[in-house]
Amino acid sequence: MGTRKTKKRPNLSAQQLPTVFVFLLPGIFLFLVFNIYPLLKSFQISFYDWSIVPNRPSEFVGLDNYAQALKDPVARLAFRNTVLYTIITVPGQIVLAMAAALLLNGRIRGKVFFRTIFYLPVITSWVIVSLLFRYMFQSPNGFINYLLVNVLHLFENPIGWLQSGSTAMIPVWLLGIWKGIGWSMVIFLAALQTIPEEIYEAAAIDGAGSFNKLMQITLPLIRPTLVFVLVMLIIGGLNVFLPIALMTNGGPLQQTEVVLTYMYHQAFDFLDFGYGSALAFMMAIFIVSLSFIQIKFFRRPSEIY
Amino acid sequence: MTNQRKGIRLDRILRYGILIGGGIIMMVPFLWMVSTSLKEYAYVIEFPPQLIPKEPTLNNFVEAWTTGQFQLYLTNSLIVAVSSVVLAVIISAMMAYAFARFKFPGKEILFFSILLLLMVPNIIGIIPQFLLAIALGLRNSLLGLVLFYVATSLPLNTFLLRGFFETLPREMEEAMLMDGANYFTIFTRMVLPLSTPALATVSIFSLLGFWDEYILALTFIDDQTKRTLPIAIASFHGQHGTDWGLVFAASLIAMIPIVALYVALQRYFTGGLTTGAFKG
Repeated sequence: MGTRKTKKRPNLSAQQLPTVFVFLLPGIFLFLVFNIYPLLKSFQISFYDWSIVPNRPSEFVGLDNYAQALKDPVARLAFRNTVLYTIITVPGQIVLAMAAALLLNGRIRGKVFFRTIFYLPVITSWVIVSLLFRYMFQSPNGFINYLLVNVLHLFENPIGWLQSGSTAMIPVWLLGIWKGIGWSMVIFLAALQTIPEEIYEAAAIDGAGSFNKLMQITLPLIRPTLVFVLVMLIIGGLNVFLPIALMTNGGPLQQTEVVLTYMYHQAFDFLDFGYGSALAFMMAIFIVSLSFIQIKFFRRPSEIY
Repeated sequence: MTNQRKGIRLDRILRYGILIGGGIIMMVPFLWMVSTSLKEYAYVIEFPPQLIPKEPTLNNFVEAWTTGQFQLYLTNSLIVAVSSVVLAVIISAMMAYAFARFKFPGKEILFFSILLLLMVPNIIGIIPQFLLAIALGLRNSLLGLVLFYVATSLPLNTFLLRGFFETLPREMEEAMLMDGANYFTIFTRMVLPLSTPALATVSIFSLLGFWDEYILALTFIDDQTKRTLPIAIASFHGQHGTDWGLVFAASLIAMIPIVALYVALQRYFTGGLTTGAFKG
């Protein structure tokens, strides 16, 4: 089917198939063995009470694992925490990154210096920054409590940030925003630099203020970039795993579990591979459908990617 | 006129003020990490804390570097990260070139599955990947980590490089073909040299990902001698209870190669490859 319409260009004919094959072979091999096969296998496992003991056969249980997930209050809470993390950190990152990009755009002294500072969290390992935030939000004697109670006198008593389910997500959200600003900022900066100065000059002559310029010129012109960043950040947010695993590990009392940490705990702590796979698969389907909806919804005919 | 100038000056002051304030907030966690790493244990647990250590010491760094098997873990991380980057870039460049230049049966479905895997996090497949690693004898093996790392980085790298290769002019390739060159010559002599910036960006981001990878390394590696740095740092935290000075000294050592890379190759970090690829 790929050899239709091949007359025009010399490099598309069927004789090239062996060449194509050589270019594709190593990639396809790894892709099929280590990516596609596990995904399909995960789908299969999700229908079984999967046995990890060699001489006990796995039992086919149909949709039981999926039904269990829908009834499981912890799974629901984990899903809620995941969505909430995304709803809070994605706009947080986009707004702050856009502000930083706008401030750094154009002629400004120390641009490289500021860009480096904002970008440093991006290149620092999640393991390191998660431990660092865990340390800063310790109670009662962590740095943040010291700042809030002893320096700024905003609170009477130290807050048990990570000890209580109602506050434990706050440090995780802050970490997510802090770590991500630089990534979006750099992409926004690259996009802003493609906007010609003359457009702003023309708008200034027409008497447009800064806010109008932003809403009427800047944002519409970098729309494809905004959509790209939004889609990527939402995918990233729904995939949140490491900061939870390393800061709260789902605790206290499983109140800060997100879907992927809960899945991991089910699989590797309770060895319930079937249930873990079902949770993983539901999440994958959710993420993929949401991404397709977003791309369909936001994409204009001229913005093909 | 003077009013307008005043406005511009105020605007500049405000702009720098916000940038400096924001910059300080961004830096505070790092400064606190450095400060903690320079303190003896007794001062780490002291309250109220010394913001700037009065008696700074490098003991934590010495201890982190010489205790246990830190240097072995660093070596493991280097081996895994560097070999993964080399393999990942070669393999994904080849695949991306095939996507950018050829038609072949199954192209659409293959590309669609690559896009799909761009969205699905790798951890979704961690359970079967774990079983697969056992079946292939790749548990507790650095080679196993390399193979999985290369595979998981393929979708994004292939996608980005395909976008870049498509911007290269076909005319030169066609001219080389007319002169009797084959595609392998074209690929190695022309396409790759012309794509240095894109290849550098892809290499750097792959390296960052491999250097920091935690989940697969945690799940696949039990053998202490096969650990990589992120696992070692996380377990430093567990083992030594609350010896945060040591944890952060180890963390800072692990950050050095990455920060050095950033300083040396900054333009590839901040280049527009990702946006370029998406504007297609």
